[in-house]
Parts: sequence; C-alpha cells; structure tokens
Amino acid sequence: MSTPGFHQRIRFSINGRIVEREVPVRQTLADFIRDALGLTATRLGCEHGVCGACTVIVDGASVRACLMLAVQADGAEVRTVEGLAQDDELSPLQKAFLDHHALQCGFCTSGFLMTATDLAAHGAGSNETEIREALSGNLCRCTGYANLVDAIAAVLKEQAAKRE
Amino acid sequence: MKPPNFLYARPDTLEDALRLLSEHGTGAKLLAGGQSLVPMLNLRMAEPKLLIDMNRVAELSGIERENGKLRIGALTRHRALETSREAAQAEPMIARAAREIGHLAIRNRGTIGGSIAHADPSAEWPLLAVALDARVELRSTARTRTVAAREFFTGPFTTAAGADEILTAVEFPCAPQQSGFGFQELCRRPGDFAIVAAAGRVRMRDGRCIGATLAIGGADATPRHIAEIDRIVAGSRGEDAVVREAAAAAARVLDPSGDIHASAEYRRKMAAVLVTRALREAFASVAANS
Repeated sequence: MSTPGFHQRIRFSINGRIVEREVPVRQTLADFIRDALGLTATRLGCEHGVCGACTVIVDGASVRACLMLAVQADGAEVRTVEGLAQDDELSPLQKAFLDHHALQCGFCTSGFLMTATDLAAHGAGSNETEIREALSGNLCRCTGYANLVDAIAAVLKEQAAKRE
Repeated sequence: MKPPNFLYARPDTLEDALRLLSEHGTGAKLLAGGQSLVPMLNLRMAEPKLLIDMNRVAELSGIERENGKLRIGALTRHRALETSREAAQAEPMIARAAREIGHLAIRNRGTIGGSIAHADPSAEWPLLAVALDARVELRSTARTRTVAAREFFTGPFTTAAGADEILTAVEFPCAPQQSGFGFQELCRRPGDFAIVAAAGRVRMRDGRCIGATLAIGGADATPRHIAEIDRIVAGSRGEDAVVREAAAAAARVLDPSGDIHASAEYRRKMAAVLVTRALREAFASVAANS
C-alpha cells in the first residue's frame, strides 16, 4: 500500500484505450472523464447521484460517475457513450433512440443510453413496467419518457427474439 | 459540488485499513460503495482529513452460510445480494429488500456494510437487520466484537461503533421452516428512500403463530423492533382483529418526526397501514408455502 496522498497515478482503460495520468484524489470520475479526457458526452446534472446523467459502465456494471473518484477507476475498464458506436456504426440502442425520437434537448441521453446498455447486457425483459422501473434512476427534464421506453423496449424485444 | 481536499489511502488488507484508522482516528472516514458518502463529500457535509478506500480489501466481500447463519461481508454490493441464490435460499427477504434500494447503478456500487454503518433510519438494510435480529461484526486493531443490530443503531446516522472500529460483516439468522415474511415499503417513486417501511416474519405450527418479529423503518430515530407486536401476534392465526391490534400498537409506540417528505402524523398513520400489510403478507406467504 502506498502512503496516503493528495495525488495518485492511475492507469485504466476507457472505451478500449489505455489512459495513464496523475489525478487529484478528490476528483470524481465524471470530472476526470470530461475535463482531463475531454469526453464531454458524460453529463453532470445533480452531482450527488440523483439524476443519472453521468452514468457510465465500469467493469461491466452501470455506475454513477459523480459518486466514484477517478482514483478508484485505477485498473478498471470504463465505457462511456463515446464507446458505444463501433466503426461509426451506432449501437442498436443508439439507432432505436434515433428511430423513436427518444431525445429532445439531449442532456440526459448519454445517461439513459448507458443505463439501457447495462439492462440489455443483462438480458432484461421488454416488459414496460420493468423498463420504467429500471429507468427511474435517470431524469429527463423534457419529460420524454414515453419515447425512451418505446426505444428501449424495441431493442430488448429484438434481443429476446434473437435468443429464442 | 466538488469534494473537499482530503488524503486518500487504498489498503489491500483489513489489517492495513485498521492500522490507518487507529493512526488517524476521527479525522479518517471509510469509503465503501460511496453512494452516501460521496454525495456528502460533494455537498461538503463531510470533510474528512483522510479517506480510507475499502474497495480493494477482498476479504470483506462474500456471502457464506454456516450453522444456520448467513454471514455477509461488509463490502458485498446490494446487487450481489439481490441476485445471490445462496442468500435467497437462506433468507428470501434479503433479495426482496435489496431490490428496493436506489437504482441499478446505485445497487452496483453500494454495500451492505456501508449502508448499515451509515445508519439512515429509512434505509432497507438497517431495517432488515433489526427486523431479523441480525448481528454486526466490528473489528479494531485490539479486538473483534459482535453487537446485535437492535443495539447497534443509537440514533439517526449514529451507531455503537467506535472511531477505531470497522464494520466487517453482518450475520443474519436463516429463515426458519414454516415461516413467511412480509416486506412493505411506501415511497413516491421506485428507488426513493422509504417514507415508512415495515419488515416482519411469522413462524407457524399447525396454523398458529409460534413466533413473530416485526420492525419499522423511517418512523423513528432508528429502525424500531416493536416487541409488543411480537407478543400480540404470537399464538394467533393471523386474524384481522390481531393484525389491527398490532397496527395500533405500532402507531402508539413510534415517535416519528416530520420533514419535507411527510409529516409526523402521516408517518404514524402509514406505519400502522404498513404493519397491517406486512403481517397479512407474512401470514399469506406461510399459507402459500405449505
């Protein structure tokens, strides 16, 4: 164990790219992603874990990037919305968001996409009540929830059909 | 909305963590899942000199069943408890309660030990620990001791843990045969903290209750085990009159406070309603299982 300090060197993977930096230990993962790495699709709304705008995926599980320190990501695999498209091909969820008009001002969109990506990865059902419950941790102040639910349900339904 | 300046240490072993804590005392704060502590840092409600990050202390994670007890390491995430087959077999109320905690992204990070040490009177794990008479294990460099959850919570966000102690595990009794549970929570949206919640278990033999336990969260300074309810329900068949008497006892005994979410009177009334529902659910689930 290293001695306690105000700065620490970290190394982790973000969207498949290895990053190595010295970080102030008080810096949140969300601020590090936005300010140090310039990946500004991850949004900061409430900065205390309520709004879900900063949701990213760390080691396969969705987390609030405002409630995790950057130093805690040392050694982890982090995925942000910038890592969803493969070779300029949008992910199925991104396409569905487009098709179903699931974004209005766009501020909350990244957080919703990352939450939905976690849901889809864990084989969630396409039952509307379950989707609504799963999305209750993300706030859309344009209140465009109906289209968000439709978009995600469409992808989960397609996924379930493929599994059968 | 940014955390204050602090020193940060990330021990790999419990021994190192305990040593750091004993050296820094009350100036140090333990960071587990961070789902309550980091908001408090961001809001500057907590300004520790040293943050001891427990997340790499592997020995604190895990679920083990032994001698009729389910031992859960303090660093076990809510999500692991929501999905653990072992936990569900030992005490199905664990998965039921875990599901109610925050949202998926919160459950992926938050830990049972962190929640219990934080001692929010509305939180699910403190309620369950009190309802089921769980024991909390505390370690310091000098000793290991266990405390009954019913004595561990001493006030809102206040516990019997010393400044040099780390909460290392929680031990739940496994659910007895021929018993059923009720878990009821009132909140405005899924994932919100409970306005009031009730959790209880009844044990039956030949259609009669031979043991009951019930606790209420969010309606007093700590989750409250109401022994009077246990006495009222024991020996009954779960008749309506008995359930109503138990609900009245809860309303009489509890001392809720009002806040922006609900008045004290509303909490008292809802506590009685949730006791009714939790007991009915518990009796019905025994009938369904046998």
